[in-house]
Amino acid sequence: MTVKLTALSALGSLVWGTLLAGMRVSPVPLMRGFGTAYVNIVRNIPLTVIIVFTSLGLADIFGVTMGASDDFPLQGFRLAVLGLTAYTAAFVCEALRSGINTVPPGQAEAARAIGLSFSQVLGLVVLPQAFRSVIGPLANVLIALTKNTTVAAAIGVAEAASLMKTMIENEAQLVLIGAVFAFGFVVLTLPTGLALGWLSKRLAVKR
Amino acid sequence: MTSVLYDAPGPRAKQRNVVLTIVFFVLLALFLWWIWRTMDDKGQLKWALWEPFTTSQAWTTYLLPGLANTMKAAALSMVIALPLGAVLGIARMSDHRWVRVPAGVVVEFFRSIPVLLLMLFAMEFYVRSTDVSSESRPLYAVVTGLVLYNASVLAEIVRAGILSLPRGQTEAALAIGLRKGQTMTNVLLPQAVTAMLPAIVSQLVVIVKDTALGGVMLNFTELLNTRSTLAANYANVVASFIVVAAIFIVINFLITSFASWLEGRLRRGKKSTGVVLGPATVAGTEATGAGGSI
Repeated sequence: MTVKLTALSALGSLVWGTLLAGMRVSPVPLMRGFGTAYVNIVRNIPLTVIIVFTSLGLADIFGVTMGASDDFPLQGFRLAVLGLTAYTAAFVCEALRSGINTVPPGQAEAARAIGLSFSQVLGLVVLPQAFRSVIGPLANVLIALTKNTTVAAAIGVAEAASLMKTMIENEAQLVLIGAVFAFGFVVLTLPTGLALGWLSKRLAVKR
Repeated sequence: MTSVLYDAPGPRAKQRNVVLTIVFFVLLALFLWWIWRTMDDKGQLKWALWEPFTTSQAWTTYLLPGLANTMKAAALSMVIALPLGAVLGIARMSDHRWVRVPAGVVVEFFRSIPVLLLMLFAMEFYVRSTDVSSESRPLYAVVTGLVLYNASVLAEIVRAGILSLPRGQTEAALAIGLRKGQTMTNVLLPQAVTAMLPAIVSQLVVIVKDTALGGVMLNFTELLNTRSTLAANYANVVASFIVVAAIFIVINFLITSFASWLEGRLRRGKKSTGVVLGPATVAGTEATGAGGSI
């Protein structure tokens, strides 16, 4: 459940986050404003508030059921993905934007000076450098997302945290159960961190 | 700001930008209108639902005590986690393997576990092994979870802060005959603290956001938790969510602005070495906590 939540939300937030980042660096002022506002607002609301709102607010009041109105667990799962996506996208956007900002202005100026068009500047010069420098921050966002999926327990999605709660209520082995779940997360996050850390070091633009 | 990505627009680009602006504006307006319509259809805009927030009762009975609890938990966690984090961070840089390795293990371990699991664990632990009264138990559990997680994050911030100092500082201190401990306390730490301040302040945002976890899972009566009692009383779920979210946004925005102001000030300051750690320079501090946790 945790893995499923993570994978789906990661996909969603990458797409939405990239769109947001695109808005924030675009030449259109209104899009820039919207991107900035979205990121600042969403980043400062606790994820817990967002997740609980998707359940109580969106589902019960607005009737957003994500196409699973009669299947409550599935509906909770989809709403959790929606909330996690909306929240994580803000961080993905910031990571990408900082990546674009790490490219020295000279690079783009040089590219324009030899007469490349906007799409060529972006595609051949700026983005290849930006993506490499962004792997590290994105890895952190992904790891954070893995840990954040536990919040979905708040709206009754059966993932690790709620499972642990139930188990603790039913069993007496508190320390053992805690250790097992802790270990599970270490197994999930450590390889991700190490692999992506190695990758970002390998691909980093040496300056 | 002129971005590196595009030149100053010429006449055709200007036209294209205008068209894009209009298209985007129409889309945005449609979206907002749809939200407004749905809320109206469901009767969410009735004044009766919003009125409580203009009276003092809603604030004094529900929101303010909740906010006070949120702040109390956040402040406590920060105060306890800072010294712990400093000790762990310095221990990770020790010359002795038997100090360095355990500290490293502890930090990495608590950083990779969701705060929520830590809180649940702490809650049960207090239930079984201590005699903390049941009223204050949620607060204890929330603070414990936050302290364990944030101490390890702060340890990393401390370490990054000390490593960001120029090597010459250490060399000079050793050259005039200071011991390693003296070097750390008299030379490195004072400078590192100034460099770290903005990052530490930003960590506060994460802590404030994470207190909300305890409200949902452990019945800790913080802002989010009092919101549900309030909504049950006035039947205004959406309105109360919007108000609570706004409160969080204002608080965190203030903290963030304070951090960046501090950063700018320290960058220009005379006392530092000119090295300042921005909030985003330390791996794994952003986006967390649970909610941050990210």
